[in-house]
Amino acid sequence: MSAPILEARSVTRRFGGLVANEDVSLALHAPAGQVVSVIGPNGAGKSTFFKMLSGYLKPSSGRVLLHGQDITGMPPHRIARLGLVRTFQETTIFPDLTALEHVSLAHQLHREATDIEVLLGAPRARGDEIRLGESAREILELMELSSSADTAARHLPQGLLRLLGIAMGLAARPQVLLLDEPYAGLNPEETQRAVAITRRIAASGVSVLLVEHDMKAVMAISDRIHVLHFGRKIAEGTPQEIRDDPKVIEAYLGQEDEELGL
Amino acid sequence: MRTLKTRDAAVAVAMLALLAVAPVAIGGSRYMLSVLMNCAGLSLVAAGVWITFTIGRINICQAGFALIGAYTTAILMARYGVSYWIALPASALVAAALGALIGSFILKLRGIYFSMLTICLTEAIRLAFLNGGDFTQGSRGITGLQQPFATDSALPMYYLAVALLAVGLVVTWRVHDSRVGRIFHAMRLNEALAESFGTDVWRYRVVAFGIACALGGLGGSYFAVFTQSVYPQSFTVEHSIYYMLYCFLGGLDYVSGAMVGAFALTILFELLSRFQQYQTLVYGVMMIAVILLLPNGVMAIRAAARPSRA
Repeated sequence: MSAPILEARSVTRRFGGLVANEDVSLALHAPAGQVVSVIGPNGAGKSTFFKMLSGYLKPSSGRVLLHGQDITGMPPHRIARLGLVRTFQETTIFPDLTALEHVSLAHQLHREATDIEVLLGAPRARGDEIRLGESAREILELMELSSSADTAARHLPQGLLRLLGIAMGLAARPQVLLLDEPYAGLNPEETQRAVAITRRIAASGVSVLLVEHDMKAVMAISDRIHVLHFGRKIAEGTPQEIRDDPKVIEAYLGQEDEELGL
Repeated sequence: MRTLKTRDAAVAVAMLALLAVAPVAIGGSRYMLSVLMNCAGLSLVAAGVWITFTIGRINICQAGFALIGAYTTAILMARYGVSYWIALPASALVAAALGALIGSFILKLRGIYFSMLTICLTEAIRLAFLNGGDFTQGSRGITGLQQPFATDSALPMYYLAVALLAVGLVVTWRVHDSRVGRIFHAMRLNEALAESFGTDVWRYRVVAFGIACALGGLGGSYFAVFTQSVYPQSFTVEHSIYYMLYCFLGGLDYVSGAMVGAFALTILFELLSRFQQYQTLVYGVMMIAVILLLPNGVMAIRAAARPSRA
């Protein structure tokens, strides 16, 4: 059996006395293009886990492997280059750039010209800008953001900014896309649209790993779900299995009804 | 954004054009020509500080790299008899290389910590040259440097200054108005986001700083033959602060900002000489007024009045 696409082995993260993640293992197996969700009540350590997968935090112990290659503790830009890209929980943008400029810039890994050629304005650099600009337009179309292409990001509403964040992630042409709460703050209609777009992304061959609180969306889109609670993994399985798992139900008891939505 | 760029380019081209024809208007006044040459050199050095601003660092060590450039030229010419036309690019390269080396360590610092370190660095560079023994001739400095033109006229040196300034502007423009410049901008606004799509932030910082120091070295080399001497105190922390002020007062959003600031402040200072002992006081008051009234610099003057659109 070939190496899993993405694997976390007993990943632990401590902040002083606080244990944010303890002994969390997760594997994303072939075939590519699955959607795997990581869920859990607030404070379960989901975002910390994501940061460790994508290089923004170093695990206190444990390993992270991408296609069998050890990427533990590598800086984010190297991990991105190897094919794992993360999007952000907070609305994270460059306020004065247009949506198209964002996505075009995010193609940084896929330019052919060297920086010197860029500075000299060489033909290869100009060719890059045209080619990457076209790719950016295609991605905006996939994300249903074409009408916002020339609008400055500071003028775009929250819902579209989330999609823009995902568009930037796609521009890096990842094999694994980590979506950090992609549906947070979206109304039901926007969520449905975002879920459909996520399915389209996965269908194009990108494996998607997402952290989410919106249970309806998670149940609708996931091929597999992992559940974290107080930093540990307590369950793993198909949406149906997770729905029926008593440990999971117990973990969520004491949360408000709206959050459950199971 | 488009109007900002057009205004920027228009000002840069206009100023270079004015400088090109200025000697005709000024007549033979060596004093006025030397003021303009001084301004051009200062603009060149300040352009390096401007570039460092675009990666989100307040650079107060540019005087140190100007000094490195000046000494490289002086030592190559006085000690090894090298032609100025080789010493000039060599000075830029030496400053760039040292800048990249030092920058690779210090650029991880931010804000006030980075700035404090650059102040110390300027001093350290001065002390290094002061204590350089025979090689740098210590406090005696290196004097008697020959200007590269065998003529009494100030014009060749004048046009050299303008040419070097043009080079500095073109370099700064290309850095800013390219994918590299947009990456610098992205890194400054949101480093984590830039990293997430593969930007090697550390490397780009070093590249920016290296280019900035190259411009400093180039300017320093010019001043070395302009004043025909170099001393450890030729470029001090005080000069670093002036370069920074030129950028602030000209406008950090405009490539021509460093040049506008340098010319405006230097010429203003000269014009105030009628106030004799109050010259510095009046100068200081005017600077405070400009900072309060035009926080985005002189170049932003009409943009401040007009309401901003999408």
